[in-house]
Amino acid sequence: MDDQTNIRWPDVIYDHFKRVGIRQVGYVPDAGHSRLIKRICDDPEIADVVLTTEEEGVGLVAGAHLGGQRAALLMQSSGVGNCINMFTLVRNMGFPCLVLVTMRGEFAEFNQWQVPMGAITEPVLKLAGFLTYRVEEPGEVDEVVAAACDMAFDGDLAVAVVLSQRLIGRKRWTK
Amino acid sequence: MSAAPTRTKSAMLERRKLVKDLLIDRRDLMVVCGLGSATYDVAAAGDHPLNLYLWGAMGGAAMIGLGLALAKPDRRVAVLTGDGEALMGLGALATIGVKQPGNLVIVVLDNGHYGETGMQASHTHGTTDLVAIAKGCGFPEAFALTDQAGVPRVRELMHTGKGPILVNARISHEETPRVLPVRDGHAIKQRFMQAANARVSA
Repeated sequence: MDDQTNIRWPDVIYDHFKRVGIRQVGYVPDAGHSRLIKRICDDPEIADVVLTTEEEGVGLVAGAHLGGQRAALLMQSSGVGNCINMFTLVRNMGFPCLVLVTMRGEFAEFNQWQVPMGAITEPVLKLAGFLTYRVEEPGEVDEVVAAACDMAFDGDLAVAVVLSQRLIGRKRWTK
Repeated sequence: MSAAPTRTKSAMLERRKLVKDLLIDRRDLMVVCGLGSATYDVAAAGDHPLNLYLWGAMGGAAMIGLGLALAKPDRRVAVLTGDGEALMGLGALATIGVKQPGNLVIVVLDNGHYGETGMQASHTHGTTDLVAIAKGCGFPEAFALTDQAGVPRVRELMHTGKGPILVNARISHEETPRVLPVRDGHAIKQRFMQAANARVSA
C-alpha cells in the first residue's frame, strides 16, 4: 500500500471528476492527493489551480459555478480550518462545493501537531454546512465519491469526502 | 479620540465618481464587488444583473473573479474591491499570477483605511505597496491610478487589456453615504447566473 504507483483510488476519483464534467480543481499541494493532482495537471480540460491557502479555493469554486463550470477542491484536513469563514459563501449563495479531504492527525499519525485539527476536521465541516462521507477502505472510494459528486452537483450542496489516514497510508519519514 | 492619520500618498480620486466612470458603457462586463464600500460604490453606479455584490467572505473577491474568468475565457471580469479586502486575500494575487487569466482586471479602491470599522489605517496607508506585490506575483500590468486623467485608460483596460491587471486606485478616504443593494446571496447569484450564462442579444 505504501507504493504510490500501486494505489488506484486517486484514479477512481479522477474518473468521477471526468464523469461529472469538473473543469476546475483548486488544491494546496498534498502528499495524499499527489497522484490525483498529477492526473489533473496532465489534463488540459481541467484548470488546475494551485492555491496559497485552501480558503482561496472556496472563492474559486464560487466563481466557477457563477460562470457555469463545475469545480472541486482538494485539501488536507488542516486546510479545512483555513476555510471556515470562506465556507459561509457556500451557504450564503448556495452553490455546489465538493471537497476531498485527506486526513492527518488520526490513525497512525506520528506528528502530534497534526492531531488538534485532525480531531475536529469532520465536526468543523458539519458545522459549516457540509454533508460528510468518510472512506476507510480503497474499495469504498468508487461508491462514495460517485454519491458525493452526484449529491453536490445535482443538489447544489456542500459535500465533503473525508479520506481517512488509514486509506492514505502512513506517512513515511525516512527516504 | 485619535483622528485617522493623514495619508502621505497622493489621494485625489473620489470613489463614487471613479467607479461610476469605470462602469460607463460596461457592456457585458462581469463585476465582482468586495464587501463594504466597494459593493456600495458599484451599486451607486447603477444596479446591474452582472454585479456580484458581496456582503461577506472577506478576502474572497479576487478568487471569485479568477474562477469566473477561467470559466468564461471569452468574457471580461473585473473585481472592484477595497484595500482591506484585498489585503485579507493577498495570497490570491500569487495564485492569479500563476494562472495568468488574460480577461481579469482587479481594481483596488485604496483609501488606506478600513471604512466599515471606523477608518483605522490599513497596511497600504503605511508600507504595503499593492502594485509592487502584483508585479512580484507576475501580473503583466500593475500600476497606481492617482488622477482622473487616467480613468479612461483603466476603463479601456477593463474591456480589452491583457490580464491579469491590477490597478491600485488611490481614492480619498472621506466617508460616502451607503448605497445598499440586495443582500440575499441566493438572489444575487441567480440573477447573475441568468445574465452571465444567457445568450446576449447584441
